[in-house]
Amino acid sequence: MASVATEWAVECRGVTKDFGQGEAKVQALRGVDLEVPDGEMTLLVGPSGCGKTTLISIIAGLLDPTAGEVSVLGAEYRRMSGRAKVAFRAANIGFVFQQYNLLPALSAAENAAVPLLIAGVPRREAVRRAAALLDELGLVGRGGSLPSQLSGGQQQRVAIARALVHEPRLLVCDEPTAALDAHSGRNIMELLRRIAVQPGRAVIVVTHDSRVFDFGDRIVHLSDGRVEDVEVTNHGETDA
Amino acid sequence: MSWIAWKMLTGDRSKYLGIIFGVAFASLLMAHQVSIFCGIMRRTTSQIADIHEANLWVMDPKVQYVEEAAPLHDTDLHRVRGVQGVDWAVRLYKGLVRARMPDGNFRQVVLLGLDDATLVGAPVTLVKGSLADLRRPDAVVLDEAGFQYMWPGEPFTLGKTIEMNDRRAVVVGICKAGAPFQSMPIMYTRYNQAVLFAPRERKLLTFVLARSEPGVPPAEVCTRIEEQTGLKALTKDGFTWETIKYYIRFTGIPFNFGITVTLGFIVGVAIAGQTFYLFTIENLRQFGALKAMGVSNLRIVGMVLLQAALVGIIGYAIGMGLAAAFFEVTKGSVALAGFYLPWQVMVMTAVAVMLIILLASLVSIRRVLVLEPAVVFRG
Repeated sequence: MASVATEWAVECRGVTKDFGQGEAKVQALRGVDLEVPDGEMTLLVGPSGCGKTTLISIIAGLLDPTAGEVSVLGAEYRRMSGRAKVAFRAANIGFVFQQYNLLPALSAAENAAVPLLIAGVPRREAVRRAAALLDELGLVGRGGSLPSQLSGGQQQRVAIARALVHEPRLLVCDEPTAALDAHSGRNIMELLRRIAVQPGRAVIVVTHDSRVFDFGDRIVHLSDGRVEDVEVTNHGETDA
Repeated sequence: MSWIAWKMLTGDRSKYLGIIFGVAFASLLMAHQVSIFCGIMRRTTSQIADIHEANLWVMDPKVQYVEEAAPLHDTDLHRVRGVQGVDWAVRLYKGLVRARMPDGNFRQVVLLGLDDATLVGAPVTLVKGSLADLRRPDAVVLDEAGFQYMWPGEPFTLGKTIEMNDRRAVVVGICKAGAPFQSMPIMYTRYNQAVLFAPRERKLLTFVLARSEPGVPPAEVCTRIEEQTGLKALTKDGFTWETIKYYIRFTGIPFNFGITVTLGFIVGVAIAGQTFYLFTIENLRQFGALKAMGVSNLRIVGMVLLQAALVGIIGYAIGMGLAAAFFEVTKGSVALAGFYLPWQVMVMTAVAVMLIILLASLVSIRRVLVLEPAVVFRG
């Protein structure tokens, strides 16, 4: 059995999300109840259009739910102003995107340093810390390379470094292996487990890649805008 | 974040250069055309500007601008002198005269007949000869551009003779003078000499040049002259603007220059605006990612404005540099004498460029502001 988490990093209660109005209204989420524990990797899985992306956007504070409550790291989004939410994201959430979304004009180290720059860390110091993290992630000596000079797997490592460099308490990954081949995909997931999953940090991974399901401590199956099933694996115990 | 904005901008080299080209081209076109327009307007009033001693111009009431003056009675000079507040008043002949060179060639010249006693209105700078020689019989002083027109390629030489109205004239001096509206030689002589060179007319007194007494406002003296003599009296500035207004009102010059300047502005907006917008659109995912990572809308707007300002400043500097280079290179040309880049035009162009950049960035800012950061989660 998986270790029992006593504190939830993320709690969703009755979350719904509608897009459009009238006859064009689409219900992307239809009352989601979800808990994401601290120190574990939670996978959100399900077929296309089941609401994974909408749910992760709401958890990350990028979308407002139509109804329901969302609490992240003990803070409730609905009590926050727009500006507070932006500051909360900058301080507490790291993002890994499917398409990496690296800035093409910045080097790997500079890209990885962006969250520190957003936080106001001086550029030289931010790039130094980012470069050190890139070394840790296996990109020794590639800190000065532009994204276009890196492979897909290497770009995703840069994206992971960018997501972790400011030591967030919640890491949100959207299909991190979708643009990669099977081997690179497993490497990325191994990297996430090894580096990202730590006590005091929750990791949520949206994926439809069944080959990486065994990396999750908890697999949340979504279907038609609802949580269909929560599967707790023994990954956490194995790691421990 | 400013550094990231700068790197994003310069990272896309083709668009970066495209926007700068658009702004530079618009700046060059606007500054160049407005400068030329100002130069032409200045040339229309160069003969007013060149006469420094007088601050009042008295003329026939129907005169509309300096080139078209109906002559006055000789007695009008004395009537002006009799007006209270007039310190002094002298005669000025101004007319177009055909000057024939010994080889049979001829040129139309602007002949200025100065008061014999005082030589009020005489050129300030002589590059060759002496103003005192103007008192010699048949003496004329020619402006340097005029000399080059009449004897192209020849060095400035005194003693050249020409024939005007069947009378011999001798060039005793070569001077600097403001370039006239039409590129005609300007010839200075004494009034009594000028009336011999000029075609026969019953009246030849074109203007009375006067100066107000110290402490008396020139405009007030103008009013008194008009009341007491029935003539038209204008201050130097007043006559300058009346002449400029005539050209603006009755010629197509400002309209045509206005069209070119407007086209420059539109081309600037079109090229710079569209390219900048495309640049923003292509970077929307990056902006979305930054927003997701915690960059506020305010900072995103700041980044877009900074990018716009940078291309604006660089493009403006290049445009101004090219315009200044044009006037620097052509300053020695006789045909383009009097044209330069006034600082007021530089300021006006800067304002226009700011407007171009603002228009270009407003559309981009709108797109970035309405951008949902959640867009980054859509593959």
